[in-house]
Amino acid sequence: MRAKRLLTVAAVSVSTMVLVAACGGSSSSSSSGSSAAASGGAAAATPGGSAFAGPVGMGEGQLNILAWPGYVEDGSTDPKVDWVTQFEKDTGCQVNLKTFGTSDEAVKLMQGGGWDVVSASGDATLRLIYGDLVQPVNTDLVPSYADIFPDLKMQKFNSVNGVAYGIPHGRGANLIMWNTDKVKTPLDSWAVTFDPNSPYKGSVTAYDSPIFIADAAVYLMATQPELGIKDPYALDKTQFDAAMALLTQQKELIGEYWSDYTKATQAFESGSTAVGTSWQVIANLAEADGGHVAAAKAKEGATGWSDTWMIAKDTPNINCAYKWVDYIASPSVNAQVAEWFGEAPSNSKACDLTTDKNFCTTYHAGDTEYWKDVYYWNTPTTACLDGRTDVQCIPYSEWGTAWTALRS
Amino acid sequence: MTTTTATHRGFWYRHPGLRLGGLLTAPMAWLVVVYLGSLAALFLTAFYQVDDFTGQVVRSFSLKNFQNLFTTSAYYQSVFRTISIAVLVTILCLVIAVPLAFFMARVAPRNWRPVMVALVLTPLWASYLVKVYAWRSMLQPETGVIAWFLKPLGLGGPGYGYLGIVITLTYLWLPYMILPVYAGLTRLPDSMLDASADLGAHSGRTFRSIVIPMIFPSVVAGSIFTFSLSLGDYITAQIVGGKVTMLGNVVQQTYVTNLPFAAAVATLPVIIILLYLLAVRKTGALENV
Repeated sequence: MRAKRLLTVAAVSVSTMVLVAACGGSSSSSSSGSSAAASGGAAAATPGGSAFAGPVGMGEGQLNILAWPGYVEDGSTDPKVDWVTQFEKDTGCQVNLKTFGTSDEAVKLMQGGGWDVVSASGDATLRLIYGDLVQPVNTDLVPSYADIFPDLKMQKFNSVNGVAYGIPHGRGANLIMWNTDKVKTPLDSWAVTFDPNSPYKGSVTAYDSPIFIADAAVYLMATQPELGIKDPYALDKTQFDAAMALLTQQKELIGEYWSDYTKATQAFESGSTAVGTSWQVIANLAEADGGHVAAAKAKEGATGWSDTWMIAKDTPNINCAYKWVDYIASPSVNAQVAEWFGEAPSNSKACDLTTDKNFCTTYHAGDTEYWKDVYYWNTPTTACLDGRTDVQCIPYSEWGTAWTALRS
Repeated sequence: MTTTTATHRGFWYRHPGLRLGGLLTAPMAWLVVVYLGSLAALFLTAFYQVDDFTGQVVRSFSLKNFQNLFTTSAYYQSVFRTISIAVLVTILCLVIAVPLAFFMARVAPRNWRPVMVALVLTPLWASYLVKVYAWRSMLQPETGVIAWFLKPLGLGGPGYGYLGIVITLTYLWLPYMILPVYAGLTRLPDSMLDASADLGAHSGRTFRSIVIPMIFPSVVAGSIFTFSLSLGDYITAQIVGGKVTMLGNVVQQTYVTNLPFAAAVATLPVIIILLYLLAVRKTGALENV
């Protein structure tokens, strides 16, 4: 009797598997097609189809936004910080927002579908483009695009074959942050977060994402030049192993890792985390809450982000999406977001509209020199991003595996 | 009129198979498609690969994920750590729940019972996240409530880490242990305790020979809850775990970059739970639940 029942269960599960496999058949061909395009580099077809021809018409009534925390504020975090209400009033597009803590999370959410626009960092953009999840953007339909800083347009991470895939949002560096009750002297180096003899052992924090391996690589660029790292996202086997060894050593110092910015804010504020990598917005939030914290760019250089607003491939709310990417990159809104989040605005005219007149100077908005040692998040691939052809680089999927192994 | 009703009844009466089918199709479809189907899909995915660049699933069959899983010591350690956390949580829940349930069911006046059951249930009305974040601030090193209480004794608080996870999970799943044990104890007939006393057994002996065997199935039922809920948890580890991770965190970290590998990792808790259930079945405890 029991054997018979087991047999039934087995039969049912086998037939289900067949069913699942059959249903997935169509999507498997498309995914292998896009991967061929990725490895081929110069693909004939533009991933994601063709851009919206326009003109931008009436809004569809709603817009589903996926964004980094702090990019889309409707006054619920701080009543004074609100640029969504105005957008909703102007366009009639009701905003539904979801925030994410890491680029991986953003990619996963986009793969799930249901989102119209996304603020993607450079380590997500190419995965979204070649994953066939976003569409090219017709920049002629986005009036704000004209005023974007030229060194942010048509970069490796926001365009393919001369086709733009999004509107630049802003950029910033990942900072070293500390609790001033625990750390008495101002810091300017990552050394205390990596040195095994760090006085802050047990209360160091790090960003919980594979992309943090690049932060170790940046530190190695300054401290072990013999490794020859030119680009922290183009690491061959030796360089990658050195970075992982450094991170394994760092794990001894770590109190906790963070990917949820509210957790990081609380930890820095309370002092359970004394020092570690952070974003300016975390420093701002902790300070606004009365926490004793400070943050600075380290002298070794830093990883950073240059974010791009992208439009989902099959969005049913295309008009609202275009209205949004134009609105968020327009001078006055771009200024508000940049000041709230603590990053350099992408719109050159935003600098005249910030409440703090020195804001753009403080954040080096147009200062090309400052950004020389800020390495924007990028997606590592087997073909080395720094142009080396004699070696193979470690692709992002292996960064992920190595990070998981380090963390488990 | 009467004839139509009769024929109508007759149809269902004459076709018991159809009647049964009509009743069971929906729940069976749910069980097979949604539950077993997704488990099967999970298991199948574990044999796939990913595209190195986009991280999308490539449907080519290979054992690489399992090989990777069983040859990397970090994952081993994660498995053992997770099981040890689940076992510790279960034991702690048991140690707290049995005396408490005994008090509720046997010692306290009968009309207190509903109030006490309600009190045990109240934590379940609050959101999981609220409770874990509350524990985060209580466990906070140096300045947290627990560290503050322990300071006069010259002890530091447990802080964030292994112990923090165990304490928090014990708090979270305690009601799931108390309720079945309480139910088991209320079913315990007074006559048996009286008989035991009449035959000259001490309270310790009665507890060992009467109470424990009688409530054993309830304890097992409770342990299935606490063990499996702990085994699959990852949010608690994220919030109060410091740098300590559990199996769920491995799944959560890899499911974007490498979904098939995450699927391979996710089959482990399923296997562990199945083994646990088989072990429980051997004891015969499941027959009375």
